[in-house]
Amino acid sequence: MSIEPSVRVEDKLFYNRYLVDAGRAHIKVRPHTTPSPELLSMLKACPARCYELSDKGQVEITVDGCIECGTCRVICEASGDIEWSYPRGGYGVLFKFG
Amino acid sequence: MIEEKFDAIVVGAGMAGNAAALTLAQRGLKVLQLERGEYSGSKNVQGAILYADMLEKLIPDFREDAPLERHLVEQRFWMMDDRSHTGLHYRSDDFNEEKPNRYTIIRAQFDRWFSQRVREAGATVLCETTVTELAQDAYGKVIGVRTDRADGEIHADVVVLAEGVNGLLGTRAGLRARPQPDKVALAVKEMHFLPRETIEARFNLRGDEGVVIEAAGTISRGMTGMGFIYANKECISLGIGCLVADFQRTGETPYGLLDRFKRHPSVAPLIEGSEVKEYAAHLIPEGGFNAIPQLFGDGWVVVGDAAQLNNAIHREGSNLAMTSGRIAAEAIFQVKSRKDPMTADNLSLYKKMLDESFVIKDLKKYKDMPALMHTQSQNFFLTYPELVSRAMQNFLRVDGTPKVEKERTTFKSFVKARSWSGLFGDAFRLARAWR
Repeated sequence: MSIEPSVRVEDKLFYNRYLVDAGRAHIKVRPHTTPSPELLSMLKACPARCYELSDKGQVEITVDGCIECGTCRVICEASGDIEWSYPRGGYGVLFKFG
Repeated sequence: MIEEKFDAIVVGAGMAGNAAALTLAQRGLKVLQLERGEYSGSKNVQGAILYADMLEKLIPDFREDAPLERHLVEQRFWMMDDRSHTGLHYRSDDFNEEKPNRYTIIRAQFDRWFSQRVREAGATVLCETTVTELAQDAYGKVIGVRTDRADGEIHADVVVLAEGVNGLLGTRAGLRARPQPDKVALAVKEMHFLPRETIEARFNLRGDEGVVIEAAGTISRGMTGMGFIYANKECISLGIGCLVADFQRTGETPYGLLDRFKRHPSVAPLIEGSEVKEYAAHLIPEGGFNAIPQLFGDGWVVVGDAAQLNNAIHREGSNLAMTSGRIAAEAIFQVKSRKDPMTADNLSLYKKMLDESFVIKDLKKYKDMPALMHTQSQNFFLTYPELVSRAMQNFLRVDGTPKVEKERTTFKSFVKARSWSGLFGDAFRLARAWR
C-alpha cells in the first residue's frame, strides 16, 4: 500500500486556494468497525488523499484539501459508506485556472 | 424566500448552464442562474479546448474580448510506452485563419467572461449559492429549487439542470442514476507556468499559435485512459485521466500516474523548469450514448455533463454542453411562446431537437466504443503500445540484421502477444464499434 515516495499530494494542494467551512465537513464517513472494500479503495483513488487509515484500522476523512471531484461519491455513496454533499455556497476549493 | 417567480432557473454556471441562461435571457425570459462557486468558473475544470463554432452560434463576436489562449495549428497523437512515443502529427497553416476553429482556454477565466455576457443579456446570476434540492409539487412536477440561503425556496416554470457530471439534484430527486464507476473517468491536471518564449520554442510556435498533444498507452498502466498536454500562452495544462472503476480495481493513484506521465522522457523536457500553480481533479462522463439519462420531465430538463453528453473518442465535451444548453433553452422558449405549460410532453421537444443535432448523432455513432475500450483496456493501453514501440525501434535501428528478418521478428511479436484470431478480432471489434 505504499504511495510513490516522490509524490507529495500535500504539496500539490498547497498551490490551490480554499475557503474552508470550519466545522462543516461536506463529506462524512459512516462510523464502521471494518472498512468496506469501496472505502478502502479511496485511500488510493482520492486525488487529494483526503482518506486515511486510522491507527484502529478505520477509514477517516479530512475534507480540507478536497477538490470536489466526486470520485468518492461515485465509489462509496451507493453502499452507504459516505454521505456526500457539496460545500455551502462560496466555500471549498476556488480554482483560479480550472 | 425570493417572492418573485422566474420563467426559468438554471442550476450551474458551466458551459451548459451559461449557454442555456444566455439563450433564455436573449429571448426575453426571466432567468435566475444559481452557482455555488465564489464566481462563475471557480468550480469548473477542463483541459481545456474551446470549439469556436458552438460558441459562435451563441456569441458571434466572442473573439473580440473572450479570454482565449492560443488557436490550434497542430494536433499530436502519441502512442506511448515507458520510454518512447510513436506519434501522428497534423500541422497546417490553414488553421492560421481569420476565424480559427479551435482554441485553448483557461476555464476559470473563460467562464467568468461568459457569465458576464449572461448578465448583460439580462439574466440574474447568483453566485455562492448551493442548490440543495429540487422543489416538487404533490404530483412530482418540479416547481423550483431550495438553496442553502436562509430564504431558501425559489420558484420557476422550469428548472434547467446544468449541475455537471457529479450533479446531486437530479439523482437526489430520482430523475436519473448517480454516475457509475465504469461510466466516468477521473482526470487530474496541473498548470505549469513558463515564459511565453520558452513555450513557443519548445512547441515550435509563433505568436498565438497553439499545439495539443493527446497521449495514450502504457502511461495509464493498462487502464482505460489518456493523457493530455495543451499549450496556453504562458502555461501548459498537463493531465491524465482513467476510468474510476479502473482506479478502484488496480489501486493505482491518480497523482502517481500524473507524476509518471510528467517524468516520461517525451514529456519531461516540455515542462522542465516550470512553476506549478494549480492542481485540479474532475470527473468526465465516458459512458456515451448508452449512459444518457432521461433528458426531460415535468418542469425540468438536464443538459451538458449532467446528461452524460460527452464524446470521449473525439474528446468533445464543452461544445456538446454548450449545444445542449442552447437547444434546451430554444425548446423552452418555443413552449413558452405557445403559452403551453412546462410539462414532460411539451418539454420532449428538447430531446427531439437534440436527437436531430450532431450531439446525439455523434454519440450514437460511437455507442459501442466505451464498452470495447473498457473490456479491452489491457490490449489497447498496454500490449499494443508496447508492440508498436518495439516494431518502430526494430524498423529504425540499423544493426546489420537483414530487413526480412526484422519484419519477421515484428510480425512474430504481434502474433505471440495477441494470436492471429486475437489480432483480427481486435481489428474487427474496433472497426464495428467505430462504424
